[in-house]
Amino acid sequence: MGDPTDTRSGEALPGDTRGDLHTEHQLLNMGPSHPATHGTVKFMIELDGETIVDLDVQVGYLHRGFEKECESGSWYQAIPYTDRLNYNSAILANQAYCLAVEKLLDLETPERCRWLRVLAGELSRVGDHLTRCGAACLELAAMTPFLYGIEARELVWDLQEILCGARVTSNYVRIGGVKHGLPDDFPAACRELLPKVRALLVDFERVVTRNRIFVDRLKDTGVLSKQDCLRYAVTGPMLRAAGVPLDLRKQQPYLVYDEIDFDVPVGSVGDNYDRYLVCVEEIRQSLRIVEQCLEKLERLGPGPVDVQDPRVRWPAKGRVFSGMEEMIQQFKSVTEGPRVPAGEAYFAIESANGELGFYLVSDGGSRPVKVRCRPPSFINLAPMPEMLRGALLADLIPTFDFINMVGGECDR
Amino acid sequence: MDDFGSTALARLLDHCTDAVQATHAQHGDATAWIAAPRLVELLRFLRDDATCAFEMLTDLTVVDRLGEEPRFEVVYHLYSVAKNHRVRLKVAVPESDPVVASATGLYPSADWMEREAFDLYGIRFDGHPDLRRILLYEEFEGHPLRKDYPKTKRQPLIGPEG
Repeated sequence: MGDPTDTRSGEALPGDTRGDLHTEHQLLNMGPSHPATHGTVKFMIELDGETIVDLDVQVGYLHRGFEKECESGSWYQAIPYTDRLNYNSAILANQAYCLAVEKLLDLETPERCRWLRVLAGELSRVGDHLTRCGAACLELAAMTPFLYGIEARELVWDLQEILCGARVTSNYVRIGGVKHGLPDDFPAACRELLPKVRALLVDFERVVTRNRIFVDRLKDTGVLSKQDCLRYAVTGPMLRAAGVPLDLRKQQPYLVYDEIDFDVPVGSVGDNYDRYLVCVEEIRQSLRIVEQCLEKLERLGPGPVDVQDPRVRWPAKGRVFSGMEEMIQQFKSVTEGPRVPAGEAYFAIESANGELGFYLVSDGGSRPVKVRCRPPSFINLAPMPEMLRGALLADLIPTFDFINMVGGECDR
Repeated sequence: MDDFGSTALARLLDHCTDAVQATHAQHGDATAWIAAPRLVELLRFLRDDATCAFEMLTDLTVVDRLGEEPRFEVVYHLYSVAKNHRVRLKVAVPESDPVVASATGLYPSADWMEREAFDLYGIRFDGHPDLRRILLYEEFEGHPLRKDYPKTKRQPLIGPEG
């Protein structure tokens, strides 16, 4: 807190009482439910006037015991919980978890499945980035671009609904496969809706990208240098905005990303404006990926999307009703779930927020010993005080927006 | 990611064989068990050595092996952006005195992750500047991710007047 004996130096003029004014820092409690933060988080802000002296970020309001729940069910039962980590990109969390389990099982999924996962995951990423950019506008008091962004996200979610059966909690990815292959009506819907998403993105950019007020609020605010990003293990668009071209889809390609043509945008300063530009470009790149996946999947045609492994995939319904072995297998799969060989594995994917990893430990049983989610939201939020010391209180809003902390994932 | 961190592991073994208790590379994840007192020294080596260059402490977590001694494993995942490789370090921690040296001096990212490990597992990190609960509230009793913490356990309700 401020030193109450601190008085300003200099000769006092007659009638000037500034020299005697008692000043001290103000402690402002912002949150946990604040209209200008789209996340349940509390900030204890020490202010000198409007300048942030120090900041304590308090998370945990959405803690639901994700890991505890995962460790008390079967390997399969954790998948719907992963949907609820990041409501914007549920499929990416599905993917990360299932890929980690598959790593423990040494499973290789069929080609069609891998393309479908990438397709679904990239739709998720588009939705996530649209929410981030849209909500940032809303919280900077610009309602219209928010609606453009959300309208585009609705279209993406429509596609997700056709593909997965649900808009938000898609629960699409399975251990060793996906829930089902490409629905017949998906390609046409995709070809119809993607141009609309692109058009909305153009509208969005027209209103925002060169808007003087928006640029002023974002430029040079919330800066986190390249070195600080690395020290704080910050990943995703925040790290790329600081000029590090780290994207696990390129660096450590998983699924079929090594066969896909896309670019990784990077910024230079590492401020909120760079983060915004990186996100917008990533939306375009993801749409490119979606189109490539669609083309490839149509070329591949219908076929198996699941691995042929009785440990993780159930027998076809028809065979369950007619064969004893299949009946037993179905019964065991439902009541116990798959057994995963003892061991440990860490698998990380590039989620919309950065490195989303799962560290799993198995003792060879049908329940995980450990399901650790490495949450990019949580880790990217930690350097927030570093980014804001000495900044204005108003800079907190865009900075928090572009960190894109998602409570479900941050607090687990 | 051609060598999956095995170069780093070899370098670590060269540098200080005595501090590395065991290694494995299950599923391609280079892993080393480290003697707890040497942890900070080895982290510093892995960060500063030009071949290893682990600039990032990506993840820190704990595994509870209830019924085994030592009971806890503190697990560190390091990643090198420059070399594009990963390594996992594990430190055994006894139940009777669950203390590990803090990595916050080397990696600021350890700050919140160590607080989380303290919060959910009750592992104390010696030298952490501000070791308090992060996901749960101060009045919470126990550490819920420990295997002997029952899933259905209720906590005393926290309200204005108790």
